[in-house]
Parts: sequence; structure tokens; C-alpha cells
Amino acid sequence: MQETAVTETRDPLMIAEDWMKDGRDVVIATVVETWGSAPRPIGSHLVIDAEGNFEGSVSGGCVEGAVVAEAAEVLEDGKPRMLEFGVADETAWRVGLSCGGRIKVYVERLG
Amino acid sequence: MDPYSLKKLNAARRERRAVVLLTDLGDGRDRVILEGDPVTGELGEAISKAFRSGRSGSVEIENRSYFLNVHVPPPRLVVIGAVHISQAMAPMARIAGFDMEIIDPRTAFASPERFPDVPLYAEWPDEVLERRPLDTFTALAALTHDPKIDDPALKAALEAGCFYIGALGSRKTHASRVERLTGMGISSSAIEAIHAPIGLDIGASSPQEIAVAILAQIILALRSRGLESRTARGKAA
Repeated sequence: MQETAVTETRDPLMIAEDWMKDGRDVVIATVVETWGSAPRPIGSHLVIDAEGNFEGSVSGGCVEGAVVAEAAEVLEDGKPRMLEFGVADETAWRVGLSCGGRIKVYVERLG
Repeated sequence: MDPYSLKKLNAARRERRAVVLLTDLGDGRDRVILEGDPVTGELGEAISKAFRSGRSGSVEIENRSYFLNVHVPPPRLVVIGAVHISQAMAPMARIAGFDMEIIDPRTAFASPERFPDVPLYAEWPDEVLERRPLDTFTALAALTHDPKIDDPALKAALEAGCFYIGALGSRKTHASRVERLTGMGISSSAIEAIHAPIGLDIGASSPQEIAVAILAQIILALRSRGLESRTARGKAA
């Protein structure tokens, strides 16, 4: 079951709201499509602030770096982006995404 | 994302309400839709389907691409009665992904020794349910056989619109239960929502098997919220 436990202390969307209240700039990344055995289900979030702090995950560790880097650009121009990560099996194994899945991540600025 | 959408979305999630965040992937605009909010046309159908299945995903409608992120509260299971069936149900419910808790004011039954790994309230259902209210993402199974304990909990479950309500007991036991609930001012159409005898009809006989039958019936109710047909309601115990 993919239900979100709001009681989870590290819920990315709750953290995004807290950051917003603190006056921090926030980018929200969301897994919108997956192919094969992607490590995080559709709807999963990674939230990033202007300093590159992040919470949550879109892949379980292997593409977060790229998403965080892209977040800076999104903050800059305010335009949402669609990122696609397709990982060949061998590469996937090397970077830790042993499943060889592919994911599409939507990255947008909050506000 | 619109900051207002984020606030509204999180508020709904805190209140344990099912909610969809609809994002137009073309222009980035989003809106929050609570379960039951009217949305017409093809998009409305896609949203209803998302609420039913609990699955997020993209849809293409009239050349526009939308992403529907569904947030459904984790299902809770409240069991009235710290009985033999509940002992078997506790580990099964945990494996199936339910937050289960047990309420039974009889301290001889509701002892931590008998229920080491599940939240246990040795109090009257009324007291516990006031602090921890039931909601539409909660299932309630009344298993004590004692009207003093079961009936107030069943009434509370009907009033809260629990997605599943079941009560242990034979058809005869249930017939007198129906009379008592009617006497409490509950309508007969509401009373019909109670699954009794409880559990899918799999011929369950031992407490462990009855626990399987009840849990299966709860899963059926969860996965077919609003669609449950009378024919799917098997009866076992």
C-alpha cells in the first residue's frame, strides 16, 4: 500500500510547509512516472531549499544529486521542468539503482 | 506549486481526509480536490478512479496532460474485544499494513501479556473513541459478544461512516442486535451496513481462520470503497 503516513516525522510536504513559513525558497520534485522496477513509487517527493538542503526521495539515492542541482535553476527562473532518468542496467548497478528502472520527475518551485 | 494548495493539501492530510493534488503539467497550475468535491467530465472520472484505487498517475485529457497525486490516509483498524480472534488478527493486520488497536474494558482480557505488540486500551469504547475518534478510513470489528461493550462502539462507527463495520455473532444474535440498535434511534438502512455474521464466507472455523475471514472482508471493503456490492458480502462467523 502506498498510503502516506502523515504521522511520519520526515514527511516532505509537511517539511516544505514549515520551510515556507520560515521564509525559505522551496522546490518540490515529484515522481510522476515510472517504468520497470523503480525504487520509489509514483507520487513520491523530494523537497529542496535554496541552500541545497533536501528531505524525502525520488529514487532512493541515485538521482537526488541531479534533481537538487536542477532545483537551483528552477528557483532561478521559476519554470517547472520534467526530468527523465533512464538507467542502463550496468550503470544502474554501479550507482546503486540495481533495478535498472526509469523515472520521470517533475520539478517545480513553491510559489 | 501554489503555496495555498500546499497548505490546503497538508491540512486535509492532517485531518485524515482523502485528497488529490491535480497538477496541469503544461502550465504548472495545481488545485486540491477533496474526496466528494464535484468535478465534471473525463477529469472527474479520472479523479474518482484515483480515489478508489488510491493510485497516483498521469492522464491525458483533451490534449492536456495532468498529474493526479492521491493522498489516502493509512487505514486504521479498531477491534472491540481483546479475544482469541483479536490475538490472531493483530500480527496479520500488521503484515497487511493496517494500524490496529484493541479496546476492551475487561482487564482480564485486555492484558499486555496476551497482546504484547499492539496498542491496547483497557477502557470502555466510549472513553477511547472520544479521545481517538473514528473516521471514514477506519474499520471497526466488534468481537466481544457483549452488547454493553459492542453496541456503543457500533453506534459510533455508524455515525463516523467507518469504511467497514463488522460484528461477531450468529444471525440470531444479530437479529437482537438490530432490535437494540433500532431502539437507540439508528435507521435500518444504516444498520444494514454492519457485516454480520462477520467475515467472508471461507468456511472459517478456528479463531485464526475467522481472523483471516474478517481481515479479507476488511480489505475488500477498503479496495472497493463506495462500490461494494451486496453480492460480495459473504458471511462466515
